[in-house]
Amino acid sequence: MSERLRARFAEANGEGRAAFVAYVMAGFPEPERTVPLLLGLEAGGADVIELGVPFTDPLADGATIQRANEVAVAAGVTFADCLGMVREARSQGLAVPLVLMGYDNPLLAYGEERAAADAAAAGADGFIVVDLPPDEAGTFRGACAANGVSFVPLVAPTTAEERMGEVAAVADSFIYCVSVTGTTGGAEVPPEVGDLVATIRRHTDLPIAVGFGVSTEEQVARVGRVAEGVIVGSAIIAAIEGGSADGCVDRVRSYVERVTGRSGAGA
Amino acid sequence: MSTETRSDLAPRFGEFGGRYIPEVLVAAHEELEEAYDAARNDPAFTEELAQLQRHYAGRPTPLYLAERLTEEVGGARIWLKREDLAHTGAHKINNALGQALLAKRIGKPRIIAETGAGQHGVATATVCAKLNLECVVYMGTEDIRRQSLNVFRMKMLGADVVPVDSGSRTLKDAINEAMRDWVTNVRTTHYLIGSAIGPHPFPTMVRDFQAVIGREAREQMLEQAGRLPDVAVACVGGGSNAIGLFHPFIEDPVRLVGVEAAGEGLSAPGRNAATLVAGSPGVLHGTRTYLLQDEAGQILDTHSISAGLDYPGVGPEHSWLKTSERAEYIAADDAEALEGFQRLTRSEGIIPALEPSHAILPAIRLAEELGEGGDVLIGLSGRGDKDMHTVAEALGVTL
Repeated sequence: MSERLRARFAEANGEGRAAFVAYVMAGFPEPERTVPLLLGLEAGGADVIELGVPFTDPLADGATIQRANEVAVAAGVTFADCLGMVREARSQGLAVPLVLMGYDNPLLAYGEERAAADAAAAGADGFIVVDLPPDEAGTFRGACAANGVSFVPLVAPTTAEERMGEVAAVADSFIYCVSVTGTTGGAEVPPEVGDLVATIRRHTDLPIAVGFGVSTEEQVARVGRVAEGVIVGSAIIAAIEGGSADGCVDRVRSYVERVTGRSGAGA
Repeated sequence: MSTETRSDLAPRFGEFGGRYIPEVLVAAHEELEEAYDAARNDPAFTEELAQLQRHYAGRPTPLYLAERLTEEVGGARIWLKREDLAHTGAHKINNALGQALLAKRIGKPRIIAETGAGQHGVATATVCAKLNLECVVYMGTEDIRRQSLNVFRMKMLGADVVPVDSGSRTLKDAINEAMRDWVTNVRTTHYLIGSAIGPHPFPTMVRDFQAVIGREAREQMLEQAGRLPDVAVACVGGGSNAIGLFHPFIEDPVRLVGVEAAGEGLSAPGRNAATLVAGSPGVLHGTRTYLLQDEAGQILDTHSISAGLDYPGVGPEHSWLKTSERAEYIAADDAEALEGFQRLTRSEGIIPALEPSHAILPAIRLAEELGEGGDVLIGLSGRGDKDMHTVAEALGVTL
């Protein structure tokens, strides 16, 4: 379980606001941009960062994040490279908690035990594995627990309520609530997401962060009123893509500043 | 977790199989597993399927003794299980009928499917036309180019064929796109997976629907040959026709040989599709199985002259049959497939699809080794009309 993750949610929620969780893909648009982007996200006001681990077959992702995966895979970015980026970002002062997000196969290829141990050593705080539901995650969850990193489970609108308690029970930092049936960057977060969060709430005291279909200031604010965390992914990738590579850090930072209405401490 | 299994169906084959899926799809898989478990034990369902297999799909398909080929080889008798004579020209109809009936039973009016060679797409579009279901087929643009005739067939049957231009633009990417549709429309949609791949219960369910091939062949061998075959040979892409042929022989003293696509050669990573021969275990498309992957766990590109074998994964039950050594897996390259194709066409007047063409030369070699008195059974999974352009191109002929 990651103290850093729990502390950050507690701190943000203590200030009367939802934590802002920002996603970037490691190696996108270019491997050497990732560390500056991570620092830029923190400077812009991100409370938690999800660092995407590239995979050739991102079957839950929409076109935007698929493209980012393709670019990063083509650049040869591996899970080991992702850990190197985390280490480098930490050495340059990145203080916010960071969660690695991706698909199961690159972790299996690296070795589940080793992935958890090396992630902890590199300064990562947890994992979100899109195609590894808790039912199949026994070994990996054990490895995460043994190394003090968090396994973050997902709950979807189709998750039966009797399952929510079981999914929530494996969480130790926060729960990722998928707002809508669909891929990332697809449909907008629906108005009834508050009901979904309330249903999950009956099964956990941990923070619930809502992602999928959240991009505008208005959506960030609306989700922030019903959940302890707001996750934005495709909109950040789109901001990276929206101009020259040299300008990508500035664009991402000002996007985060705009939608959060704040900027990071010491930025 | 207690919600994982509410049926008698085992979720794994040894260490392979399972359900590695996004949370949004978990409920649909549980529903499907329960519905399939109930259906397979419901005489009304099995009888309706049997009737359709007989009167609509044309089952049982013949078991045919390839006499001239047998004479030419001068060894064991060579038998062909003629799935090419099933309605729509391949074994794919067996599974499409079963799953479409199941989709109706669970009240999903919309069917999505992936297709490589187009045979599964055609079978799905056919069954959807018959059962009045909406049908969307995802197909890689590279496969659309190779299989334009099947694309037109699907459209004539009322299906919406969606081109997939990501990744390698073949079967793997069509599956990714179908999965993306499914996570979006899961409440109204059944994903009619075309091979014995994917998350539990698909590998088991597809195998059960395809096992009609082996059950018939086993009975027909006993009746026509007076004995079981010494060896059964089938091509393996995802592996649905092979598992359908093999499964009823598993308890018998019958050698089982799967033939994968070696494409341009096993020493050329990215230029073959011999998953079990050249790959290693991992997780793709919801199941733990052998994969063609690099050291970092990225899925490799594949190549085969036959679109239907052009896949970097394989059904998890085949992975288990390999590691438990109950079945053997070998590979035939593009040139061998072309030679097998021509051999069967000339000797028997049967034009096989390029997929089962991979099994012909290996079967001939097995017949030679066995010698007279032996029997070799080949799963002839489909007919070759769809491949005429590809074969002509490979032989340097302009049509």
